Order: sequence, then C-alpha cells, then structure tokens
Amino acid sequence: MSGTGPRESVFPTRMALTNTKLRLKGAQTGHSLLAKKRDALTTRFRAILRKVDEAKRKMGRVMQLASFSLAEVAYATGDISYLVQEQAKTASFRVKAKQENVSGVVLPAFEVDRVQGSDFNLTGLGRGGQQVQRSKEVYAKAVETLVELASLQTAFMILDEVIRATNRRVNAIEHVVIPRLENTIKYITSELDEMDREEFFRLKKVQGKKKRDAEAAEVQKQALAQSATTVVEQHSDDATESAGDLLSSKDEDVIF
Amino acid sequence: MAASIKDREFLAVIGDEDTVTGLLLAGIGHVNQQQKRNFLIVDSKTQVNVIEDAFQTFTERKDIAILLINQHVAEKIRPTVDKYQQAFPALLEIPSKDHPYDPAKDSILKRVQKLFGE
Repeated sequence: MSGTGPRESVFPTRMALTNTKLRLKGAQTGHSLLAKKRDALTTRFRAILRKVDEAKRKMGRVMQLASFSLAEVAYATGDISYLVQEQAKTASFRVKAKQENVSGVVLPAFEVDRVQGSDFNLTGLGRGGQQVQRSKEVYAKAVETLVELASLQTAFMILDEVIRATNRRVNAIEHVVIPRLENTIKYITSELDEMDREEFFRLKKVQGKKKRDAEAAEVQKQALAQSATTVVEQHSDDATESAGDLLSSKDEDVIF
Repeated sequence: MAASIKDREFLAVIGDEDTVTGLLLAGIGHVNQQQKRNFLIVDSKTQVNVIEDAFQTFTERKDIAILLINQHVAEKIRPTVDKYQQAFPALLEIPSKDHPYDPAKDSILKRVQKLFGE
C-alpha cells in the first residue's frame, strides 16, 4: 500500500489534503532557498579558507622579523622586558569590531584602532632608542597582520558553524519533512479513493436492492391481482348470499 | 550579541618573555580597574594549571577580542585549546622566537586541512 512510511497524523479529508499539499510546496520552496544560501556561504567559506591559510603562513614570516628586531633591541639596550611590562598601563593598540553581512549571517571583522601614545618613549633613552622605536613599529605591523588573521579566523569559525546548521536543515527537509508530507498526501489520496469506491459500491448495492424490491413488489402485485380476480369471482357468489343475511339478521351493535 | 562584540577592544597574550615584550611594545598592554593585566608571561618554570587558568580567564573576559598564544604554550594546554570552539575571543596561535611556526599543530589549520582534504 502507498504511504507506508512515516506520515503526519491527520484525518484523510479533502481539506487536510489541500493543507498538506500547500505545506509540501512550502517545504520545497524552503529547501531550494536554503540550498541557495548554503551555496553562497560555501563559496564565501572557500575564499576565506584560502585567505586564512595564506595569512597563517604570512604571520610566521612577520613574527620572525619582529623577533629579530627585538633581538636587535636586546643587543643595543639590554633587557627591557621588565621595564616594558611595568609600563604597560593602557592599551594604545586596540581593535574595533565591525560587521559584515553575508546572506543573513553576521560576520565580525576587526579593525585596528591605534592611539598614538607616548608610552615607552623613555625606554632606551640611554642607548638603543632608535632600535626600540623601530621594533615598536615592526611589532605594530605584525600585530596588524595578526588582527587581520584573527578576523578571518573568526569569520571562518562562524561560517563553519552556520554552514553546518544550514546543511542540517537542508538535509532534514530533504530527507524527513518532504518524504513525510509526500507520504501523507499519498495516504490521504488512497484513503479518499477507497472511500469513493466504497461509496460507489454502496450506491450500486442500494440500487440493486431497490431494483430487486421493485421486482418483488411487481411480482407480488401481479400475483395479488391474479388471485384477486379469482377471489372476486368467488366472492361475488358468496356476497349475494351473505348480503341478504347481513340485511336480514339483526345486529345489536348497529344503531341505524 | 552585537553590543558584546562592540565592547571587545583589547588583545590578550599568553607567551614567552620576548613575544610578550614585543607585543607590549606595539602597545597592546592594558591593566584594567581590577589591576588585572591582559598578558601572561610563560617561562620554563610556569605551571600548566597557571596557563590553563589564564586561558580560562582571558576567554571568559568580555572585553578581549583576540587572544594570542604562543604555539609552544598552546601545545602545553593542547586539550583545552582544541576544545575551545567559541568565536569570541578569537584564538590565534603565534610562533615564538625559539619555536618556529608549525602549521600542522595549529588547531584551526588542522580543521582547514581537514576541510580541504575532503
């Protein structure tokens, strides 16, 4: 029998059929929309993936350069790490988040927000001041690269999550919702057909019965009519006698 | 959520002395009103649970946008790092002077490779 799979629990009526058909149409539309969204996101995802890969490798080089400049500072000035740690009070290098919209998904992007501070101006005052300044610049550049990479990576993480969710939805609609609705439609159709056939059969049966009854009645009528004529013939003989009797005999009940 | 992204404006760093010094030179250092620093210096004597604690603190703070961590330090708390799935703060493994960058160990790059491999 059709519609054996899982289906909605509805009564097989015409209205339910119409409703289910509408829902199936909606599910199909939703499926195609979600599939489109998934494709758009995947395209974006691929691009970001490539960029992340590139940026990660670039970061390796940049950080190497930065460490080298710090080594120069150490050579010229000596160890400044303690000084620098103690002087760090307020960040002059901050990031700002802004948002980008890719087919309904909000992707954050970090932007460097630098305040020209006067911190560490006295570092390396004795000697190596130039190296310190240069190192500062090199590190600032490196951090800019890092920030860029971080925003790419965040976008990557969010997109990954969203694509997964979208995929789940697409698959759920494709493999669960749509077959279920189709099964429901099949079930309702078959039930309705069955009811149609039953109704037809019932009508036929009623008609047949009526016909039979009519025939039987006809036969009875004919038989009755036949017997009636004989009876009437017989009766007419008796009637003349009994009629005489009826008139002659006195009945107590008859008033008039 | 939008508001919380806007609030995140600092970078935090867990790393060896040179890396932290360099990044502080760039101006990312910040000490907040609770006298909490946004950086942790790890040397050979630092306990793993200290690193873990710092990692948890930084990832739970609402004002940090990016957490930078040296790869060799991340290696010490690898299970925690690999478990970390949040988008904010963004976790970034960076190379250090003594430890060249190895893309194969990076938890993000691992995922990238996996996706490309498919």
